[in-house]
Amino acid sequence: MSVGAPLPHDAARLHVTGEARYVDDIPTPANCLHLAFGLSDVARGVITHADLSKVRQSPGVVDVLTAIDLPHANDVSPSVHDEPLLARGEVFYHGQPIFVVVATSHLAARKAARKAKITIDPRPAILTIDDAMEADSRFEGGPVIWARGDAADAIQSAPHILTGSFEMGGQEHFYLEGQAALAIPQEAGDMLIHSSTQHPTEIQHKVAEALGVPMHGIRVETRRMGGGFGGKESQGNALAVACAVAARRTGRPCKMRYDRDDDMVITGKRHDFRITYRVGVDDNGRLLGVEVTQLARCGWSQDLSLPVADRAMLHADNAYHLPAVRIESHRLKTNTASATAFRGFGGPQGVLGIERILDHIAAARGLDPVQVRRVNFYRDGQTTHYGQTIEGFHVPVMTDALLDRADYAARRAKVDAFNADNPILKKGLAYSPVKFGISFTLTHLNQAGALVHVYADGSIRMNHGGTEMGQGLFQKVAQVAARCFGVPIDAVKITATDTAKVPNTSATAASSGSDLNGMAVRAACLTIRARIAAHIAGLWGCKADDIGFDNSALRGPDGQTISFAKATASAYEARVSLSATGFYKTPDINWDRMKGQGRPFLYFAHGVALTEVVIDTLTGENRILRTDILHDAGSSLNPAIDIGQVEGGYVQGAGWLTTEELVWDAKGQLRTHAPSTYKIPACSDRPRIFNVDLWDQPNHEDTIFRSKAVGEPPLMLGISAWLALADAVSACGDGYHDLNAPATAEEILNAIERVRAG
Amino acid sequence: MDIAFLLNGESVTLRDVDPTRTTLDWLRDTQGLTGTKEGCNEGDCGACTIMVADDHGTRAVNACILFLGQLNGKSLTTVEGLAQGDRLHPVQEAMVERHGSQCGFCTPGITMSLAAAHFNGDRSHDDVLAGNLCRCTGYAPIIRAAEDAAGAAVPDGFDPRAGALSDDAGHDDPVRPRTSDALAQALMTSPHATLVAGATDVGLWATKALRDLNPVIFLNGVEDLQDIHIGDDTIRIGAGVTLEKLRGAIAPHHPHFAEMLRRFASVQVRNVATVGGNIANGSPIGDTPPALIALDARLHLRRGSERRAIPLESFFIDYGKQDRRPGEFVEAVSFNRQPDRLRVYKLSKRFDQDISAVLGAFNIQVEAGVVTDARIAFGGMAGIPKRATHVEAVIAGKPWSEATVSAALPAFAKDFTPMSDMRASASYRLKAAQNLLLRYWHEDQGLTTSVLEVQP
Repeated sequence: MSVGAPLPHDAARLHVTGEARYVDDIPTPANCLHLAFGLSDVARGVITHADLSKVRQSPGVVDVLTAIDLPHANDVSPSVHDEPLLARGEVFYHGQPIFVVVATSHLAARKAARKAKITIDPRPAILTIDDAMEADSRFEGGPVIWARGDAADAIQSAPHILTGSFEMGGQEHFYLEGQAALAIPQEAGDMLIHSSTQHPTEIQHKVAEALGVPMHGIRVETRRMGGGFGGKESQGNALAVACAVAARRTGRPCKMRYDRDDDMVITGKRHDFRITYRVGVDDNGRLLGVEVTQLARCGWSQDLSLPVADRAMLHADNAYHLPAVRIESHRLKTNTASATAFRGFGGPQGVLGIERILDHIAAARGLDPVQVRRVNFYRDGQTTHYGQTIEGFHVPVMTDALLDRADYAARRAKVDAFNADNPILKKGLAYSPVKFGISFTLTHLNQAGALVHVYADGSIRMNHGGTEMGQGLFQKVAQVAARCFGVPIDAVKITATDTAKVPNTSATAASSGSDLNGMAVRAACLTIRARIAAHIAGLWGCKADDIGFDNSALRGPDGQTISFAKATASAYEARVSLSATGFYKTPDINWDRMKGQGRPFLYFAHGVALTEVVIDTLTGENRILRTDILHDAGSSLNPAIDIGQVEGGYVQGAGWLTTEELVWDAKGQLRTHAPSTYKIPACSDRPRIFNVDLWDQPNHEDTIFRSKAVGEPPLMLGISAWLALADAVSACGDGYHDLNAPATAEEILNAIERVRAG
Repeated sequence: MDIAFLLNGESVTLRDVDPTRTTLDWLRDTQGLTGTKEGCNEGDCGACTIMVADDHGTRAVNACILFLGQLNGKSLTTVEGLAQGDRLHPVQEAMVERHGSQCGFCTPGITMSLAAAHFNGDRSHDDVLAGNLCRCTGYAPIIRAAEDAAGAAVPDGFDPRAGALSDDAGHDDPVRPRTSDALAQALMTSPHATLVAGATDVGLWATKALRDLNPVIFLNGVEDLQDIHIGDDTIRIGAGVTLEKLRGAIAPHHPHFAEMLRRFASVQVRNVATVGGNIANGSPIGDTPPALIALDARLHLRRGSERRAIPLESFFIDYGKQDRRPGEFVEAVSFNRQPDRLRVYKLSKRFDQDISAVLGAFNIQVEAGVVTDARIAFGGMAGIPKRATHVEAVIAGKPWSEATVSAALPAFAKDFTPMSDMRASASYRLKAAQNLLLRYWHEDQGLTTSVLEVQP
C-alpha cells in the first residue's frame, strides 16, 4: 500500500549521485547569455546620472538594459504593480536593481555590473519600525484592527494587568540553491522559461506582461528547487522577466542566477515585528482581555505583506481562547528589501507574540508555564477571534502525551537542581504548542489541477500544479496516484511542473501542496479508473463499482482478475480515453479580511514541543540539549517525509530565534549578506537528543486520505527553544528577562543583566 | 599555466589556463559536471565539496575557492565519481535509506564530506559536517545516515588516491615553486605577486571582490614549509602547515588550542588553509595569532636569502598593515615548549564554522599560588590581534585569586576599544572579554564552564 508508506524522496538517488538537475544544471544552450543586475548603493534617492559606458565596454558584454529599454510592463510585483524590475529614476532600497547586464558569461556579467558610475541624490530613508511609525509610512490607509468583545474593559476589570513589548527579527531564507532562471526563445515569439520558483503560473503571468504577449505564449517549467521556504514564491519573478526580455532582444537563450551576496541583498526575507501587549488575567493566569499591537516592517513594496500581516493576526491566539481581544496591525513601508513569504507566512510572528505573553504571565504570577497554557487552551466548540469554530482540537491531549513521554516533571526538577549547583551554566526547559490554520486566506487560491496519463502498458505519468522544493510533495502525490490505481510507486512517473500541462495554478505555499494537488491528482486518477473499470466490467458482465484495483491487478466480484497492464491495453484497444484532468477546490471556507471574520481555514494542524537548553552566563553561549516533539500530520501520507518536515521545520524555527540575526547599518545596507555573517543552524546546532513522533489521528475533515498539511506548522515548534533560553536566563535572578528574538549570545547576556537587575 | 591532475580517475592536462579560475567553475562550465553545486561561492556552505587526494591523504575541500593552480598532481573525486556504476557508495545508500536529502542541493557536498570521512575512518560526524549547511532536514537524518554508513567497509576498488600523479608538471615553474629557496627566488623576481596558499581567504578576492590576482605564486607545492618540528625546547610550525595538520600536532601539547582549531572554519577550509596564511593576511579576526601570541611565538620571515625572526605580536602593526616587506614571506612560527596553561576561547554567533566576534587566548603561569607570567591576547577587540598588556600588568606577580581577577577587569577598557559590527556590539565584546578572564579563573578552580560539556 503506497499511501502511508515511509518511502524515500522520489529523487533521493538523484540527489546523492549529483544527477538531480536544478536550473543552473540544465545543459547551457549554445550561444547562451548570462545576466547580472547593477544595484543601488543608496537606500533611497533620485538617480541624477547613470554612466554605463564602462559597463558596455566591459569584456563579454552584449547588452545593457535600464528601465527605458523595457518594451512593456516594468513590473515584477506579485500583488499591486508597485515593484519595477529596474528602477524608474528613483531607488527605494539599498540593493535595488537599476540596470541589467547581458554578457557571455556569468562572471563577465558580474564584473561589468560593478563598473557603472551612478549618481544618486539621497533622500531621507525610512529604515526602522520607529522611522516608519514617525513618518506614518505604511501600506493601506492605517492599521488593520480586529476585535472581539471589549478588551479594554476586560483588562481593566481583571485582577492582574500586564504590559510588555519585544522585538523579533526577520529571517533570510537561505535556500541552498540561489534564485535562478533560464529563458529559451521559441519559434513565433514564444518563450520557454526554466525557473526555480514555487509559482510557475506567476512567472508565466509576469513574463507575458513584460513581453506583451498572452499567457499562452509563455511556458514555464520547474522540475525542482534547491529549497524555497517561501523565498521563491514571488522573488523569482525578477530573474525570469529579465531573462525573457533579454532573450527577446538578443534572440539568444539567457540565464540568470544570483551570486549568494546579491541574492541576500536583493531578495526579501521574513518580516521582522515588534509586538506590544496589554493583558488582563485572573489568579490562575487565564486570559480575560488581550490587546496586541503588531508592527511589521514590510520593506519598500507591498509584495505579499498584507496577507502575511493578516496571518500574523489570525495566529495571535495560537492554541488559546481569547475571550476579549483587540489586535492592531501596522504594515510599515520602509526603505529596505521588500519582506516576503517565509514558511509560516506571519503565523510564527503571531504565535511568538502570544507565547511571549503567556511566558510573561507565568513569570509575573509565579505560575507554572505549562499550567498557564493549559488553562487557556481552546476547547472544541469555542470560536476563534475571527469567528471560526474550533473542531478536532488535539493540543491538550497531545500535551499530556508529550509531557508524559518526555518525563517533564522529573526533568523540571533536575533542571532546577542543576541550576542550584552550577554558578556559571544554567539550564532551561520549556514547552510550546502550535495550532496552525490550513488554507490560503485568499480563498480563490485554494484550487488545484492535475493531468494524469495512463499508457497502454500500464505505466502512469502524473503532473499537477504543485512544485517540488524538497518537501517531498511529488512523492506524496505519486503515492496517492499509485494507491488510486492499486499499483506500486514505480509505476508512476513524476514529471516537472509545467504551465502547459496544468494551467492557472496557485503557488506551492501555505502548506497546501499535498492537500490541493493530492486531491486533484486523485480526481484525475479516479476518472481514468472509472473508465477502465467500466470497460472491464463490460467484458466481465459485472458492475464497474464491484471491480477492485490493487496489487497491480483488477479483481471482479466473482474472482475474475486481470493485470493492470492488460486492462489498460484492453481499454486502449477499445478506444477508452486513458488521460484525464483533475480539479479540486477546498470546500467550506470563506473569509472577509476587512472585517476579520469567517472560516478562512479548512482545519488546523497541531504540534507540541518540549526543549531543554543550557546557557553560559558569562558569554551568553547556548546549546539545545534535547527536544521532544509530537506533531499532528493527520493520517500521514508518508511518515518519513512528514517527520523530515518536522525535524527541519523545528531547526529552522529555532535558528530564526537564536543565531539568525539580520543586521542593517545606519545607511540601510544589509551587513549580513553571506553565510560568513548570517548564521543558519549548522549540524551541531541540532538538539543533542531529538525525539520526533507523529500524532497518528485521521483528519476530521475530508482531506486527501485524511492527512494534514505539514510544511509550515512545525517551524513554530522552534519557539520552545526560545522559551527555554528565556527560562534559563530567568534562573539567573528575579527580574523578567524581556528577551528579544533572535536570542543571540549577546541578547542572552543582556537579558541576564536585566534579570539580575530585578 | 599548464596543470595536470586526475579527475574521477581520468587524467586531465590543461594548457595555458588561468590558474586563478576556480575548480568549481571549471567542473560545472567546462566539464559539465554539475553535481557539484555553488551555494555561496565563498567556502561557507559546503555545497561544492569535492575530494582531493595526494601523498598526504584524502581530504574534503571546497571547490568554489580552490584554484586550478592548486590542483597540479592531485587526484580529484567529484560526486559523479563516487558510485561505482549502479552501485552506490555506502554513504549514498545510507543517505537515501535514512531520508538524508530533501531539496537535494546540499546533498552532493554532504555526501562527499561524509565519504571523505568514511574513507579516513573519521566518525566525528558533527565536525565532519560543520562546513556543510543544510536548510531542509535539521541534520538529524543526515547524522543517522552517517552512523549507518560508518559501519560499512570502504567499497572494493574505491580509492581516491589511485593513480595519483607525481607532481612533476611545472617543476621549475616560478608560479608553483617546490622549495622555499625557489619561492624566495620567485618572490625576489616578482615581489608584488599574490601569494596563494590554501586560497580560503584569497579565493574570495576572486569570487567576491572579482579582482584579478595575477601574477600569483602558489605555495602548496612548497614541501619544506609544511613541516612541524617538535624539538626538546621549541615547537616550530612551517608556514605551509594546514590548520587541520596543526590541530592534530598541537593537541598533545596545548589541547585547548586544538579544541579551538576544531571550531576554526570547517574541515574543508582547515584542510587547505595554512598557519602562514592565517598570520600573513593580517586579519584582526584570524584565530591562530592570539593563541600563538599568548604562547610568546616568534615569526620567521625570509626575503631572498635574508632571514629574520620577530615576536609575532610585532608583525601586526595596524589594521591592514603588517611588518612584511615586498618579496618577503612567512617561513614559520615557533614557540618554546612550556607547561600547558593555555586556554583559547572563541566566541561567535554560531559555534561551528563562524568567524570570531571575540577570541581570547590566556596563558597564565602560576607558581605557589602566585602569577609568575601572564600573556593574554585577543582577536576581534582591535584592528589587529592584540595583547591585553594592562590586564597582564595587573595580575602579574599577584596571588592567583578571584580578587586579583576582579581587580584586573577594569583594565580591559584600557587595553581595548572594540567596535560594533554585525558580529557583536562593542559593549558585548568588552563585557565578554572580561568574562573570559573570569571563565579562565573558574575553569582553573574546576568548575564546568562550557556549555559544550553539558549533557542533556
